[in-house]
Amino acid sequence: MNWSHFFTSSVGKKIIMACSGLFLIAFLLVHAGLNACIWAFDGGEMFNKAGHFMGSTVVMRILEIGLFVFFIIHIVQGVVMELQNRSKRGSKGYAVALGNRGSKWYSRSMAILGLLILLFLIVHLGHFWIPNRSNQGWLLGEEINLFEKMKEVFSNPVWVILYTVGVIALFYHLSHGFQSAFRTLGLTNHKYINIIQTVGLVYNVVICLAFIMMPISFYFGWVQ
Amino acid sequence: MEHYNMNLTLKVWKQKNSQSAGRFETYQVKDVSSEMSFLEMFDVLNEQLIHEGKEPIAFDHDCREGICGTCSMYINGRPHGPWHGTTTCQLHMRAFKDGDTIVVEPWRAKAFPVIKDLMVDRSAFDRIIQAGGYISVNTGVTIDGNAIPVNRDNAEKSFAAAACIGCGACVAACKNSSAMLFLSAKVSHLALLPQGEIERKKRALDMVAQMDKEGFGSCTNTGACEAVCPKEIEITNIARLNREYLSAGLSADK
Ligand code: HEM
Ligand code: SF4
Ligand code: FES
Repeated sequence: MNWSHFFTSSVGKKIIMACSGLFLIAFLLVHAGLNACIWAFDGGEMFNKAGHFMGSTVVMRILEIGLFVFFIIHIVQGVVMELQNRSKRGSKGYAVALGNRGSKWYSRSMAILGLLILLFLIVHLGHFWIPNRSNQGWLLGEEINLFEKMKEVFSNPVWVILYTVGVIALFYHLSHGFQSAFRTLGLTNHKYINIIQTVGLVYNVVICLAFIMMPISFYFGWVQ
Repeated sequence: MEHYNMNLTLKVWKQKNSQSAGRFETYQVKDVSSEMSFLEMFDVLNEQLIHEGKEPIAFDHDCREGICGTCSMYINGRPHGPWHGTTTCQLHMRAFKDGDTIVVEPWRAKAFPVIKDLMVDRSAFDRIIQAGGYISVNTGVTIDGNAIPVNRDNAEKSFAAAACIGCGACVAACKNSSAMLFLSAKVSHLALLPQGEIERKKRALDMVAQMDKEGFGSCTNTGACEAVCPKEIEITNIARLNREYLSAGLSADK
């Protein structure tokens, strides 16, 4: 079995989804941790320092390219796999569907939830990443004040609602995705399943609550 | 439970052959005994149709005792009907009541083309088994079955996986038409036993390759397969298959 077969078989495709998904899960932990610096209640001093470290050092900027690569792999492979899987169904659907009798709705809606996350992601990059990097001349130039930028963006209720919806989509994507990734990598058995599901739930609740509270904290002026 | 009779409305998928379009046909069945099996109810209906000079409904069946896996019917939106862990032939009419409408469809998946009415072509499963569902044994004198020690825990798990009857309900229920529950049962059955050790790596890789060739989808772990499997094959077998595939694929030297 050569490498291309290994990764392009039906199981191989899922291995790519799982590895890229777990990488993104690790990234979100870092992202949420750094952003939590807004709750230092110091007018954004600590937050801007953290942002500066992530945005103006060569190593971090190289890692950022890796992050984009993993995102693109996950998204492209996810969409391709969903379309391929759809093409494997019978030419006619069932008159009466099995529906929720066998599986959770969100486990069957991973691609839709993913596309919602993607839409959110595009808006999100447009709010912070693009203005900041373009200000830097796309190299290591002067950064904008991201804390002030957050204040500005999240004074608009439309964005607060959109971010909340984006995070809810993420919550359901990960409610299935976290444990599914471990199954895909063959790491699930009767002994591990409870640990994986518990860790997944705790991770999911903590990360999603943190992300949801950020726009809300700015909107209601809890963070200034 | 008390015996009772019922009148039913059946909406059954009728399709001439794999090329034709197919449609639902509605039938009234009278005086169905609650003690009949679902297939016996179909026998009664078919006799009635033959008497009326109409064409009977084609459906697969063989053992009628839950072991051959041929009785594929998607009943009211669930493979093998409403009872958990039960094949269509073991489903009894006491699962229904007077006046019920029952919708019966064939398995729907690209890899299982409809042959006629409720019969689908499941030979894809046979080819997957041929691709790796075998072991090597020496010819000559029969070896004492107990000569090879087997860990009891593995024996139990292997036996549970071997219960898969290849009915295809897992594929029918899956939104991706994935055959992974079936495949993982077949691979686990042999991978857990010392007898299966010789072809272990080749088996996982070859059977996955054949499954892909037959046109089944990728598994996204939704769990619909496990919920409908008449033999209660556990979804943890799929994780085992993934493990087998990963370790075989990474350690194969070509
Ligand atoms: C930060 C964002 C994201 C994270 C942390 C994430 C995480 C995951 C994880 C862990 C899995 C499970 C992999 C497996 O079952 O082996 C997964 C699956 C999937 N993801 Fe994402 N994902 C993200 C964004 C996206 C986006 C933007 C899309 C886009 C279109 C997407 C589409 C999919 C699809 C289609 C699956 C396959 C469903 C399945 O395997 O059950 N994801 N994701
Ligand atoms: S795993 Fe269960 S549902 Fe699938 S073929 Fe085997 S017995 Fe049927
Ligand atoms: S007829 Fe053999 S399992 Fe139903």
